[in-house]
Amino acid sequence: MADAGGLRARLLARPERALRGVSLGWTAAAGIFVVVAALLGLALGPVDLGVAAVGREVLSHVPFLGVESSFSDTQDAILWELRAPRVALGLLVGAMLASAGASYQGVFRNPLADPYLLGAAAGAGLGATIVIANDLGGDAGLDLRPVAAFAGAMLGVGIAYVLGSSVGGRETATLILAGVTVASFLTALQTYVQQRSADSVQEVYSWILGRLETSGWTDVLIVLPYVAVSAAVLLWHRRLLDVLAVGDDEAASLGVPVARVRLLVVAAATLGTAAAVAFSGLIAFVGIIVPHAVRLMAGTSYRLVLPLSLAFGAGFLVLMDLVSRTVVAPAQLPIGVVTAFLGAPFFAVVLRTTRTVGP
Amino acid sequence: MLSRSLAAALAVLLAFVLAGCGGDDDTASPPATSSAAVETTPAPAEFPVTVEADNGAVTFDEEPDAIVSLSATATESLFAIGAGDQVIAVDDQSNYPADAPVTDLSGFEPNVEAIASYEPDLVIAAYDPGGLVDGLEKLDIPVLLQDAAPDLDVAYEQIETLGEATGNSEGAETVVESMQIEIEELVASVPGVEGATVYHELGPDFFSATSETFIGSVYELFGLVNIADAATEADAGGYPQLTGEYIVSESPDLIVLADTKCCEQTVATVSGRPGWDQIEAVQHGDIVEADDDIASRWGPRTVVFVELIAESLAGIGRP
Repeated sequence: MADAGGLRARLLARPERALRGVSLGWTAAAGIFVVVAALLGLALGPVDLGVAAVGREVLSHVPFLGVESSFSDTQDAILWELRAPRVALGLLVGAMLASAGASYQGVFRNPLADPYLLGAAAGAGLGATIVIANDLGGDAGLDLRPVAAFAGAMLGVGIAYVLGSSVGGRETATLILAGVTVASFLTALQTYVQQRSADSVQEVYSWILGRLETSGWTDVLIVLPYVAVSAAVLLWHRRLLDVLAVGDDEAASLGVPVARVRLLVVAAATLGTAAAVAFSGLIAFVGIIVPHAVRLMAGTSYRLVLPLSLAFGAGFLVLMDLVSRTVVAPAQLPIGVVTAFLGAPFFAVVLRTTRTVGP
Repeated sequence: MLSRSLAAALAVLLAFVLAGCGGDDDTASPPATSSAAVETTPAPAEFPVTVEADNGAVTFDEEPDAIVSLSATATESLFAIGAGDQVIAVDDQSNYPADAPVTDLSGFEPNVEAIASYEPDLVIAAYDPGGLVDGLEKLDIPVLLQDAAPDLDVAYEQIETLGEATGNSEGAETVVESMQIEIEELVASVPGVEGATVYHELGPDFFSATSETFIGSVYELFGLVNIADAATEADAGGYPQLTGEYIVSESPDLIVLADTKCCEQTVATVSGRPGWDQIEAVQHGDIVEADDDIASRWGPRTVVFVELIAESLAGIGRP
């Protein structure tokens, strides 16, 4: 670190001119992607409302346009009380899973880190299963799933991280091994709890496979604050994630409080993941696919990867949900099946590329 | 309850495997294996007797008096036909009748050793996961496998088979005959409901049952149109997961909740779901709170379910 000063200047400076051009293009692309995905999500579905009719209905809510909606009460209810909250939840969950995945990858300097490989999802699954199986909080009208999921997720990531770093060695391999170990153990516990309670097997099962079917805007409003806080913390730290990328010692020598940043980012990513997972179930691979697709397209700086993952993750999950609720209409597929079906092959490609490029 | 959970799990797996294939092979309900049951004269029970079950022909040299039932439906049938005092143990889901000897045996994750420790001379199961039948046959314990019946005829045959195998043919005949008569009368009591639409709910995540299932066949008796049938292509198992917006747009005339115990669904919770106030059944209060267990079994208490449906249909469409 002979030229620590130079490195610091390079990393912490704001290369505004260079970045702004890229950012503007990508901001526009990301914005268009999210809007198009959301509009497709609203316009299409198992019930054919007619794309043009949906457009008229949406425009009829814009003042001074004078557009008349042709919707019946039933169609209105389908669009605004069933389909729109589902699209909104998809946006939130997708944004959260993708940005949390990107953050885990940055903070652990590990291209394969995501809520699933680190044990966060398995821990959240255990917490939520315990709540569902024992019907906790239901009598008091409380939904304890987010809280239990968060506790379980923190437990999972915490054990995985402590285990991984205590073994030491090549961090990529050991952290992933630790994460897989913890995830297997927590999944075993979760399966045990689930099997002990045959009455709720179905509910747990459908939750595990992922779902965005909402009970209306209430779900969206409950998830929103978690996602907003979590995403804000992650975005705030995106520059520091770039600094962490050069290594703990180097980052510390540049004045970055490594331990605190890591804890804060992990806590924020885990909180957001847990809240999303508590409502949407285990939707795999979004945290891997989206950040890596963004890296392949736009570059590896977290100043780009984080906000773009957030946006593309939101749009991506809405599109995946569109597939899950239309491909076998009027039935639906669990969304986790759709994301895994598309995600697994992509993950294989990522594995091949990172093997040659290095973490 | 048990079979419903299994069926739902199976349905999810099938949805995964068969997505888009439109396969119509029905793994849950093999062709009726009834020939023996029909041909055998319902005379006083004579042993040895050979009966047909879903695991093939099974021969009994003498009347079994240590029966283990891993099927909640079979438990209800055994007690109804008068074989109750031959039953020594039933699985943890067999909660009816109250005097059934409930144990912690599981029909969902059956443990052959635990079952064998009761030294049964007949085991009845509705599901054969992980070599249950093979394992018991190796121990020379006769097994009758009676899968979920796809319709009432098969359900009747299963009761008759239980009668022959346990030396209670007359009791079984009586039960079947009274079921047939009562159901026929109940269906006839609500004329003119043909074509009304029904949504049968297995869970608040909108798992439903098509006409290929036993419960679906009950709705067919009344001439009802099952809105889940549109998803038959997508789900050969008969238990598709519908979407909320499809249910609202179909606006069924009758909603039957088979998730009142598992998931605490009520008329109030269903009426309060966003957008559901547009549904005919919700507007007219035609929502039936069924007992999960009765609605998921295919035994003698099917009559109770049919009666519940008939009562609801009698006042359908009126506020």
